[in-house]
Amino acid sequence: MAKLNLNRVEMPRQDPKKRGKNFNEVALGYSLEQAKEEASRCIQCKKRNCVTGCPVEVDIPDFIQAIRDDDMPAAVRILKSKNALPGICGRVCPQESQCESTCTLANKDAPIAIGRLERFVADWERGNLPAKSATPSRPKPAGRPSGKKVAVVGSGPAGLTAAADLARLGHGVTIFEALHVAGGVLMYGIPEFRLPKEIVQAEVEFVASLGVKIELDSVVGKLATLDEILANGYDAVFLGTGAGLPMFLNIDGENLNGIYSANEFLTRVNLMKAYKFPEYDTPVKVGKKVAVVGGGNVAMDSARCALRLGADEVYIIYRRSEAEMPARREEVENAQEEGIRFKLLTNPKRFLGNDQNWVTGAECYEMELGEPDDSGRRRPVVKKGSEFVIDVDEVIVALGTRPNPLIASTTVGLETTKHGTVVADEETGKTVKDKVWAGGDIVTGSATVISAMGAGKRAAASIDEYLRG
Amino acid sequence: MYKILFREDLVPGIHLFKMAAPAVAAKARAGQFVVVRIDERGERIPLTIADWDKNGGTVTIVFMEVGATTARLALLKEGDAIADFVGPLGVPAEIGNYGTVVCVAGGVGAAPVAPVARELKKAGNKIITILGARSQDLLFWEDVLSGVSDRMIVTTDDGSYGRKGVVTGPLKEILESGEKIDRVVAIGPVVMMKFCSLTTAPSGVRTIVSLNPIMVDGTGMCGCCRVSVDGETKFACVDGPDFDGHKVDWELLAARQRIYIGEEKCAYEEWQKSHAA
Repeated sequence: MAKLNLNRVEMPRQDPKKRGKNFNEVALGYSLEQAKEEASRCIQCKKRNCVTGCPVEVDIPDFIQAIRDDDMPAAVRILKSKNALPGICGRVCPQESQCESTCTLANKDAPIAIGRLERFVADWERGNLPAKSATPSRPKPAGRPSGKKVAVVGSGPAGLTAAADLARLGHGVTIFEALHVAGGVLMYGIPEFRLPKEIVQAEVEFVASLGVKIELDSVVGKLATLDEILANGYDAVFLGTGAGLPMFLNIDGENLNGIYSANEFLTRVNLMKAYKFPEYDTPVKVGKKVAVVGGGNVAMDSARCALRLGADEVYIIYRRSEAEMPARREEVENAQEEGIRFKLLTNPKRFLGNDQNWVTGAECYEMELGEPDDSGRRRPVVKKGSEFVIDVDEVIVALGTRPNPLIASTTVGLETTKHGTVVADEETGKTVKDKVWAGGDIVTGSATVISAMGAGKRAAASIDEYLRG
Repeated sequence: MYKILFREDLVPGIHLFKMAAPAVAAKARAGQFVVVRIDERGERIPLTIADWDKNGGTVTIVFMEVGATTARLALLKEGDAIADFVGPLGVPAEIGNYGTVVCVAGGVGAAPVAPVARELKKAGNKIITILGARSQDLLFWEDVLSGVSDRMIVTTDDGSYGRKGVVTGPLKEILESGEKIDRVVAIGPVVMMKFCSLTTAPSGVRTIVSLNPIMVDGTGMCGCCRVSVDGETKFACVDGPDFDGHKVDWELLAARQRIYIGEEKCAYEEWQKSHAA
């Protein structure tokens, strides 16, 4: 056996000092040489553990081999036959806990950088193949036309994946999207510097090129209801509306001016491009001292956006310790490098304001960790008498989201949990309602892009089976 | 794109667009709103639906020029189109046979009051409408509102037409006249809805107001439009826009309306500069 190469090729990134002042992408991507070098480390295991670690089962060793063989069109073809959104996944998937964690070389702490290679392949295609024309890299529809119509509600990762697979399988697919652009959380949630919107739109266009129709500005439940969609000639519906309802702390002072939900803050900045105000019409407040409450990726995104908008000091306020943070390690490190300050084991008690209703401070408790709770993480407990005030002029609450009740509340026969999620079979996405499937955050509560894509893929297979009867 | 089929300048600074939006028209109900975005760079603003025609596939909006977006909107002509017209959003107005309903419209609020008054009339209510404006030249839809009202009172702040004074004057008189009033609907500027609610509070007559906080998506996603009603935080876009006026925290609503006052001024000035050039 050849000697193992344990030197993962690092991906160049923008300098932390510079990038804290712009919205350009932080990670710069591999060059062809770097990609080939990293690809050459893959030992092409017989037992393809990496593939089982991927929720959409990309044939990882095969596309890596194609990079090595200098056959980029083949790499694109292999990748896109399983994953319609590789440019997105290559950037935002938590590979470290998925494909890369099951890589044989992970035992030596040097897994193949599968995510970076995936990104490289997707970027190569965008740079080298015309976007709209049919090229050899574009997978052909696998199924004969079925004559059946499927409605997909929501154009986030779950919806786009389900739509792409269903279209390839030969069904007529229409996506209904409530916002004015397709992409869901990929457009409104994840910032430009982590996921350029041009890339999202290129991959949305790819899905459309498979024959998927996209109806924007279509709020299902307010326009047609699910039952009306089914009555209007659709044979099945996939619900992929995500978890779009922001959670608040429900403490005093939370409605003060200058206190945002992360959803609002990020929507203004990302979807509405408030960072370009007044060239774009939507404004966003830029605080001098900004506190972001929460420890997930959305909290990191919010903090890093606030910094880029020009805040002098940005704090992450998180009630547990760094070890329990749900954010990706890489994003926490990026935030730290950029100068975001972490106030750990800290939790707001109330917000203080001035006579103009503007927030001036966050009164916080110090916390300590007690026994593990339902999530397996140690429960944060208030230290009595530990209250202290952090002076802030802007607060972003990033506590997570729940599904929007709009569809569940206007549909007879859908079962929901007390958390507002829709009950669906884990394997197939089938709900208890006839002809209706669901997947992604609407079923699981807020999770990852790729888990939503996996759910979209499984649901598409189940819908196909049902429609082909 | 959504085409402007008909435009009418109601009074200086207040315009009516009849939009081609068949899907929205098919579902629209009194009290609901749409979110409008002019173009790629535009912001999303909520506008209450003033009328709709299912058969014709049209939805009518009325807006007042108050900032950059509405000033840009006001430049559009019949045949022009806007990028987005999303709706119908929000919970429709409660329509039932309550008895006698006083509908109070302040300024541009005449437009959203009209379909509510019409539906309440259809449901069998006696409708007393109080329409107020700063002066005669800013008064519109007296005819439309008269057509669905059993009694019509018009006020102007400066006395240039109808009764001199604000809408709460006649509202108070009606409540004190001994006539049984079963419900009040008040739509207009925040301060007007607040004082209507204060006026009806002693009598306890149920008073419905339509709140218009700043919004982004209009579908419950961002929480920008949160208002406090009876001590509870609500999202005006999905829980409203109609609320019990006696339970609304008016100070909070007014304060939250001012969040972007500096940015709004900046955007308006930028627009005026570029428009002049």
